[in-house]
Amino acid sequence: MHRFANPNQFLRIANPLLPWISALSVLCMAAGLYLGLFQAPPDYQQGESVRIMYVHVPSAWMALFVYASMAIASATALIWRHPLGFLMAKASAPIGACFTVICLATGSLWGKPMWGTWWEWDARMTSVLILLFLYVGYMALIDAFDDPTRGQRAASILALVGAVNVPIIKFSVDWWNTLHQPASVVKLSGPAIHPSMLWPLLIMAVGFTAFYFALMIVRLRSEIAAAKIRNIRLGQVHS
Amino acid sequence: MSATTSGRTPATRKRRRLYAVLAGLTMLGVAAALVLTAFQDNIVFFYSPTDLKEKELHPNQFLRLGGLVEEGSVKKASDGVTTEFIITDLSNTVAVRYTGLLPDLFREGQGVVSQGRLGPDGIFVATEVLAKHDENYMPPEVADALKKSGQWKEPSK
Repeated sequence: MHRFANPNQFLRIANPLLPWISALSVLCMAAGLYLGLFQAPPDYQQGESVRIMYVHVPSAWMALFVYASMAIASATALIWRHPLGFLMAKASAPIGACFTVICLATGSLWGKPMWGTWWEWDARMTSVLILLFLYVGYMALIDAFDDPTRGQRAASILALVGAVNVPIIKFSVDWWNTLHQPASVVKLSGPAIHPSMLWPLLIMAVGFTAFYFALMIVRLRSEIAAAKIRNIRLGQVHS
Repeated sequence: MSATTSGRTPATRKRRRLYAVLAGLTMLGVAAALVLTAFQDNIVFFYSPTDLKEKELHPNQFLRLGGLVEEGSVKKASDGVTTEFIITDLSNTVAVRYTGLLPDLFREGQGVVSQGRLGPDGIFVATEVLAKHDENYMPPEVADALKKSGQWKEPSK
């Protein structure tokens, strides 16, 4: 693992993968949107509004997945001092924040016709809003110091502390009475969602995941380049 | 601080950081669990009719009541905008009166959450009624087929 933590080694693997991941993302999202918006049947209760789910649920999964990845990257960076871990978490944060915003916005649009409200302070919605604040706080903190390593350390500790929120979001609907419905797909007794609706959803989820990795590699490349430029400048000042 | 001055090799410092991170996360998890357990009553979004019976409530306390709309209990008042219905959790029931527009999903047998106050006459006067959706997603034909074959499971709240 230490070998891949070297930025140059990482780029040697990530660069040739990037076009394939991008193509997978575009294909899956196009297929998933077509299947979800035109081919999948309406729901017996929600009617056509159920189609919001094909964007809402994958973005909610990604909001959690990206945060969990950030927390793991931050932990390895703090413990083993791998610069790549800090950069990976930093590159991921705005992507995860966007997924969280999409999740909250589409949920609100669905909530108005279905529940009769745009927003309620139930445990699921409140914990996802806190997740958004954690992303924003991380992005603010990492750039708040003149010395980038201090900012990286402070922000990584924040990312680790915030990781406590991830299981709370996932299990909030089981632990407490919430307005939000319990899990439909990831549950012990198998999905409570008809296969004709599950497939478009899973294809969208693959597309969203590939989209995250493609965007993260692009952002990580520029972060690595920026770090190299900074080191060269520092070298010039000191010589 | 170099490895020689502190008397520690890089490997043990890495292990020390690993333990520090693990210990920190464990303590944080325990603290979060304790806080959430302590605030249990404030985090639940609504009380069930059984909770309402068991809890000591201040008179006129503003709260949310959730459960299923009992079959055959929905009555429209003559003014056209007031609805009376019974919320049940299948062991206890509470009568609710609400004046206003109901959400699309509101129907008998549907899970709802209503916000309001319990009146002295035992009727819950709601200022807001929200429909709760369950975790089941299926096309209308499948729902009809399930109902026809007797495999339909009523939403369990």
